[in-house]
Amino acid sequence: MRAGGLQTARAGVLTTVQDLGRAGYAHLGVPRSGALDAGAHRLANRLLGNPETAATLETTLTGCAVRALRPTVAAVTGAPCPVRVDGRPAAWGQPVHVPAGAVLDVGAATHGVRSYLAFDGGVDADPVLGSRATDLLSGLGPAPLREGGVLGLGAPPAHRPAGCCDAAAWTAPPRELLLPVVLGPRHDWFTSGGLRTLLTCGYRVSAASNRIGLRLEGPALERAGEGELASEGMPLGAVQVPPEGRPVIFLADHPTTGGYPVVGVVPAEALDVAAQAPPGTPVRFTPAGA
Amino acid sequence: MAGERGASPEGRAGRGQARAAVLPVGRDGLLVELGTAEETEALHAELLRRRALGTLPPVAEIVPGARTVLLDGFPSADAARALAAELPGWNVPPLTGSAAGALEIPVRYDGPDLADVAALWGVAEDEVPRIHAAATFRVAFCGFAPGFGYLTGLDERYHVPRRADPRTRVPAGAVGLAGPYTGVYPRSSPGGWQLIGTAPETVLWDADRTPAALLTPGTRVRFVPLESDEAQPGPRRAGPGPAPGRRP
Repeated sequence: MRAGGLQTARAGVLTTVQDLGRAGYAHLGVPRSGALDAGAHRLANRLLGNPETAATLETTLTGCAVRALRPTVAAVTGAPCPVRVDGRPAAWGQPVHVPAGAVLDVGAATHGVRSYLAFDGGVDADPVLGSRATDLLSGLGPAPLREGGVLGLGAPPAHRPAGCCDAAAWTAPPRELLLPVVLGPRHDWFTSGGLRTLLTCGYRVSAASNRIGLRLEGPALERAGEGELASEGMPLGAVQVPPEGRPVIFLADHPTTGGYPVVGVVPAEALDVAAQAPPGTPVRFTPAGA
Repeated sequence: MAGERGASPEGRAGRGQARAAVLPVGRDGLLVELGTAEETEALHAELLRRRALGTLPPVAEIVPGARTVLLDGFPSADAARALAAELPGWNVPPLTGSAAGALEIPVRYDGPDLADVAALWGVAEDEVPRIHAAATFRVAFCGFAPGFGYLTGLDERYHVPRRADPRTRVPAGAVGLAGPYTGVYPRSSPGGWQLIGTAPETVLWDADRTPAALLTPGTRVRFVPLESDEAQPGPRRAGPGPAPGRRP
């Protein structure tokens, strides 16, 4: 099945293979990686009757186009975008038949950042530590798509559940990203004024954001003192504050250890929507309930 | 800084007990902070022991740091809280310092910063390999890149600062020093460590190997000087090809 799955006709600015990532190896310096909008990735697979662990393609702002080298069924979720098969409009958020030789074109996101393309049987690639995810921090997993490159497709599920289609409900992304944050473990590295800044001042998503972190523009957090933090483990969603004082929210490809204090942690369930916030989106932090 | 962070472990408990401050991390994680690298390594070993025995609540990641162990991804906030309450009372056996069974990494001591390191140490250049290879190291934690271990074991008087001007490219296998740590670059990358040598025979990371990382937290390591005429390509001694690392 590997030969002759998909050929990249247009790679877009950044399109990677993603699945649910390789959690459990942080102690070896291996980021978890995986789809940034895990909910959209899972939905795309469910629409096709794939297991949620099947690999999808994750686009960035400009979409991508792939030629099917054999007939397949695809589903596009995540950031809404125009979907075309050989130029003809096709459905977003529903199974779409792609005949052999046809090009599935996923256009630029009309809202959000990242669209997910699932295929019958999933994208195939050599798994690394049990995952096919592209990890851009450490270079594990398949390379980002490039024009002319060929990706394999897995065998379609033998028993597709009847009427397996979810309704692909989609809520427009909020005009302002409201992120719950659990303070700590290093909030005491900041003055009370610094913490007030975090919880009351507005930020904006920086264009320097990527799969490693959502970088923010806005007021710096005031530190309670000088000093360097000894390297320590960094969780997903960590709000790390480098010396210049502007918070970075760690996403799936984040480093596993780091030496800047983590003022708080954004719970994982809030990160899907964070990954869909384009540069310029206003951001506010709010204390998370327990 | 330590005093005002409220996390100082001084005088919390007697010897043998985990003098640990436990800080919540998000809803389902904990960061355990200890007073010294030795206590951190001992607690990490104890956590792995309890996990192997099945007496630790399930947790997705156990990530040691320099003075901390991150426990991330408990099944519930309650499970994290319960362990946070219990852990400071643990009796944690101290580490034994035995070098028996240490992994040996052959090193050609020819790094571009050898002279700088010798000057910082106040010794002749040819003393650096002798001093470095005499120590027994332990992987305190990993990070920076898959398979990159931060190795402790060098006496404090041999700790050196990072280079003021980091290199944009450090070759794979380079052996470097920074602060209390020795590290071996698993692959070519930028880096600011003082490079004292090269480990030409050792594959630090191989995703197709189990385990993929040669150096995992807790692994004991010794560096073995290679003679310059032994550093030619090919197996160092008769045997089936270059091994990823050798145990005596």
